[in-house]
Amino acid sequence: MTMTTDLPQDLAEREAIAPEPGYWDPVRHVLLDRWSTRIAFVVVILFILAAAFAPWLAPYDPLRQSIVSINKLPSWDHWLGTDQFGRDVMSRMIHGSRNSLIFGLLAPIFAAFFGTILGVTAGYFGGWADRVISRVIDLLMAFPELLLAILIAAALGGSFWNIVVVLTVAFTPGFARVARASTLAVKQEPYVEAAIAAGVRTPLIIFRHIVPNIMAPIVVLMTLWSASSIRIEATLSFLGIGTQPPNPSWGNIIRDGLTNMFATQWPIVAGGMAITIVVLAISIIGDSVRDVLDPENAQ
Amino acid sequence: MTVLMTIDGLTKSFADTSMRLGPKRPPVRAVDGVSFHIMQGEVLAVVGESGCGKSTLGRLLLRLIEPTSGTVTFEGQNMSVMAPEQVRQMRQRMQMVFQDPFGSLSPRRTIANIIAEPMDTFGLSGTGKARREKVAALLQMVGLPSIYMDRKPRQFSGGQRQRIGIARAISVDPTFIVADEPVSALDVSIQAQIINLMQDLQQDKGFSFLFIAHDLAVVRHIADRVAVMYLGRIVEIGTKGQVYNAPHHPYTEALLSAAPHPEPGRRETRIILQGDVPSPSNVPSGCAFRTRCPLAQDICAREQPALREVAPGLNTACHFAAAHPITRHRAQA
Repeated sequence: MTMTTDLPQDLAEREAIAPEPGYWDPVRHVLLDRWSTRIAFVVVILFILAAAFAPWLAPYDPLRQSIVSINKLPSWDHWLGTDQFGRDVMSRMIHGSRNSLIFGLLAPIFAAFFGTILGVTAGYFGGWADRVISRVIDLLMAFPELLLAILIAAALGGSFWNIVVVLTVAFTPGFARVARASTLAVKQEPYVEAAIAAGVRTPLIIFRHIVPNIMAPIVVLMTLWSASSIRIEATLSFLGIGTQPPNPSWGNIIRDGLTNMFATQWPIVAGGMAITIVVLAISIIGDSVRDVLDPENAQ
Repeated sequence: MTVLMTIDGLTKSFADTSMRLGPKRPPVRAVDGVSFHIMQGEVLAVVGESGCGKSTLGRLLLRLIEPTSGTVTFEGQNMSVMAPEQVRQMRQRMQMVFQDPFGSLSPRRTIANIIAEPMDTFGLSGTGKARREKVAALLQMVGLPSIYMDRKPRQFSGGQRQRIGIARAISVDPTFIVADEPVSALDVSIQAQIINLMQDLQQDKGFSFLFIAHDLAVVRHIADRVAVMYLGRIVEIGTKGQVYNAPHHPYTEALLSAAPHPEPGRRETRIILQGDVPSPSNVPSGCAFRTRCPLAQDICAREQPALREVAPGLNTACHFAAAHPITRHRAQA
């Protein structure tokens, strides 16, 4: 440390200390600095826009069948051809992206919400609350996510909200575990003791001092699991327990395509490509975010 | 002067709660049957080596940790039997300044929010402009320009942050403040400024002050009375003049002889203690200090010496306090 004085007049004359980057600045930094991440970001945004404006973008009704144009190859009229019922694959892909992406976003958000509540409760209060919550988390973690998802989807059926519930339940334990570990660490910080000493009520301590300081790893987990979520939804739909036909989702477009593989390959190619590209893009973003927020890798 | 706080037989032991197999370690008695009182408006310094339980003692007084036994009576109310909500209400009158100026300010909140937090908690801050004016006045009081109130802690140096921590503590006009080694993390050049600031504020506002330090030199300036701790017990407590000039406990003498003297060139007879501080989970029988004490006799292993008045304004826990002062040349210093 250099020899500095703390005299107020001295302080008033110069800037106290050069402003340091804000908490989220490094994230912005990495999202824009790495070209791979930048491309991934653009890709994800394009897909989200396509899903948002599906009814206007899709050239045809994704459910309209036409006996005269089945198993068409790609053409100017049908960019990705048509399937065995004469439905436009391009339109089905665009509409299907709604189902796929919405799971990719919704399930991690819900899981982050419930997982944070459980993890913070367990970590902050400890004792029997911690023991009960931790054991339930261990129980759920013992199942692979996909197995758990198939189990619940098979039991409840494959409606939209059921799949969201399935994925939320499958992802919640991971968030809860991360939130609990982070809470245990933040709880030891002197500023938490300072808040207790100041007389701040427990709920306020949790919302004001604990939660904002454990959000970084939670956000990383959300990006990483958006990819998993899209993948698992596609898997469930492919297995026939996800989005139910005739509603399109990338998973059941592949499933339909599989049964008709020798007539036209385009539905499989399109569905597979879309899943690959989006999952890859989100994973790239997730990796960058993790690199930045991981203190071990701090530049 | 009236008594603000009475501490009676306060004990905190930390049990071995690990899940290891095999025999449990004996509990660590961080604070071991401590009794004293704090007067209204006085500065009581608590000194001792690291691990002697002085920080634990400070936290016990504010009931940030639960005592194992003993009572703390604050403004006539027995805090040991209070429900958590009652304790929380008491915090308006008892605040704390922390050792770590970097960790004790929430990194994501503005200075204004940090300083106003105790006031917000007890509904004293008002809203909008009134709140900002109160924060500005507090910043002024601790010698920081009020234009910094919207910045975040990371933009300030250690000394500045400690000023912010002090502003937070005095914001609710407490009658009692515990300062847990408030300057030990600071540059020596900044330490004096912070101590002077705290002394000015204490004289101005008249709160009682428990000032924890590991170093007698630091508290010489600010303390009215000094308590010396060793392995969770108070071995000597008395007025500043008595403790510094005529200590009767050999441990206090050893500590004093280790502190640098402001007068250059002056050589003191240094008392070098032998050995290390024993583990607080395995405190020696009788007098805890006997394993390192140059005066130790058989009785020291058998009986734990009680604090008793050995001179006006000086209480010492040593069997030989009156009989064997090691060095008496300080009496005239």
